[in-house]
Amino acid sequence: MGQISIYMMLLIAVLTIGGFVYNRSSALGKFRAARAAAGGKMVSSAWHSQASYHGYFTAWLVALSTLAVFIIGLVINGQGMVFNGLWLAAIILTALGVTIITGRKVSGTFRARTYVERFIHGLLICLSVIAVLTTLGIIASLLFESLRFFREVPFMDFLFGLQWSPQTAMRADQVGQSGSFGAIPVFAGTFLIMLVAMAIAGPVGLMIAIYLTEYASAGVRKWIKPAIEILAGVPTVVYGFFALLTFAPFVRGFAETLGFSVPTQSALAAGVVMGVMIIPFVSSLSSDVINSVPQTLRDGSYALGATESETMKKVVFTAALPGIIGAFMLAISRAIGETMIVYMAAGKAANLTANPFEAVTTVTVQIVALLTGDSDFDSAKTLVAFALGLVLFVITLILNVVALTVVRRYRARY
Amino acid sequence: MTETTKPKFTCRDVRVHYGDFEALHGIDIDIPDHGVTAFIGPSGCGKSTFLRTFNRMNDTIDGCRVSGQILMDGEDIYDKNLDPVLLRAQVGMVFQKPNPFPKSIYDNVAYGPRIHGLTSSKAELDVLVEKSLRRAGLWDEVKDRLKLSGTGLSGGQQQRLVIARAIAVNPEVILMDEPASALDPIATAKLEALIEELKERYCIIIVTHSMAQAARVSDKTAFFYMGDLIEFDNTDKIFTNPGNDRTQDYITGRTG
Repeated sequence: MGQISIYMMLLIAVLTIGGFVYNRSSALGKFRAARAAAGGKMVSSAWHSQASYHGYFTAWLVALSTLAVFIIGLVINGQGMVFNGLWLAAIILTALGVTIITGRKVSGTFRARTYVERFIHGLLICLSVIAVLTTLGIIASLLFESLRFFREVPFMDFLFGLQWSPQTAMRADQVGQSGSFGAIPVFAGTFLIMLVAMAIAGPVGLMIAIYLTEYASAGVRKWIKPAIEILAGVPTVVYGFFALLTFAPFVRGFAETLGFSVPTQSALAAGVVMGVMIIPFVSSLSSDVINSVPQTLRDGSYALGATESETMKKVVFTAALPGIIGAFMLAISRAIGETMIVYMAAGKAANLTANPFEAVTTVTVQIVALLTGDSDFDSAKTLVAFALGLVLFVITLILNVVALTVVRRYRARY
Repeated sequence: MTETTKPKFTCRDVRVHYGDFEALHGIDIDIPDHGVTAFIGPSGCGKSTFLRTFNRMNDTIDGCRVSGQILMDGEDIYDKNLDPVLLRAQVGMVFQKPNPFPKSIYDNVAYGPRIHGLTSSKAELDVLVEKSLRRAGLWDEVKDRLKLSGTGLSGGQQQRLVIARAIAVNPEVILMDEPASALDPIATAKLEALIEELKERYCIIIVTHSMAQAARVSDKTAFFYMGDLIEFDNTDKIFTNPGNDRTQDYITGRTG
């Protein structure tokens, strides 16, 4: 079945190309004949559509009609289909028929170009609809699976519960082990790590952006900008083992000299390394924004006797603020959704704590842990992953909406 | 304006280079105090470049060098010990395109006094802001909406706001680089009336492309051509009986 489908698709492609070639050359032939009849004085723009448009018109119709026949065949044949001569013949005959009929229509007045433009227009609409439908599909799937979960675990218990131990739910045979799905510790961990990461990436990224746009010479900028952008290209798994094997022991050693006893996996280790990872997002987005502040504003400030740093703080920064907020929001979404670093370096223990030296877990880590390995897709233990995903989705959505509103309200009109 | 007053600026052999390109070839000129001096000339003649030497705005352009001597009240403004930041507090500037900061009208005017620490209390600052806006002829139009953004004003209002902003730091000189080129005729007329008032108090140097404007607002006019100062005289004389053929050609529209 699979193989036959592939051959059929190849055949459709060949027939489509054939239709194009056949009708383009037939259009060329008719055009040359018309020109000869006009004593060689006719120019190509005397025809509504160029020859290749007649070809494309045929190709589109052939592709669409044969695909339709192909799909009808699939439906009729069903699953247990083997080679079917009638099906093959139907496809070939459809293609030939369409090619010949459209070939007859080729003339100086036939508006092939207009139809081709319309086909392309339609195709583009279809493709964007696919993107929208995919988004809607993901939301719907999250919603419905979450609803199934909330049938087993009350919504309020999930959203405001302080105890997270989903693993025990697998052992329903054991009396009294029903598992607890309080999501607060998981989200607290996510936000703790996000805060640590933004505490690093926010100021550092912003300062880099300011330095690069306002102070650095062209030569320095040429070297520093790509060097920072390399940070964005490092795979997150590399950051993950860097966090786990290099940075976490360092944090632990440092904390021990201060007299704390600290686990190797900690919110601090994961957060700092994640902060380093998102520095380039903040710095390159903010520097674009700062760059787009018009020079006339800077000149106006200098002309009033302001220094470079006064101009930066009071004029350029204010003007760029909406964009900088946007950059921060994007970085926050990135930090919340990041999985690999926290999976390796933050730990899996759902501690409800504000102490960055402790191990915490995040939403993404829990989703991975819940859905990997042997699991029954109908149990609360796996369904809770959808609920976590849904809440995470809603949170990032709210963040984006807030960011957009802030940006719109304070947007400077230069 | 009397001929006997000491000049505000004394320029000797002023040359400006952008990299290897010499934009001004040794300008000698004495700019009088309390009056309007207009710089006219075709595009690229160096008049805006010359204007920007008076508050050292050329310092902010990479590869730009200024040589020669410019004295303001007898002091060399290109002296190594002179802080351009202090100079710019004394020499205000208004640009071609209105450039209010994306802040409230009040904060726009208060910007300069705040960075220079000119006032010691909120009440004092309020007074200064009102005085500056009044002098710029904008107070009556904006007194009820000082907290609204300066960028929401019309072009002509924005340009007067920028003038108020410059006045607020109490300068002695106001440089204007084609201040009316982005304005409609009514806003231009208001701006010119304002210049007429301001010249009692300040030394104003204005670069303009409109010869009618130069004739209307200025007391003295300097004609620049290809990086040279061709002629500098009383405006009446320049526009009625120029001493140089090239000036004559330009003001009658044969070149430019």
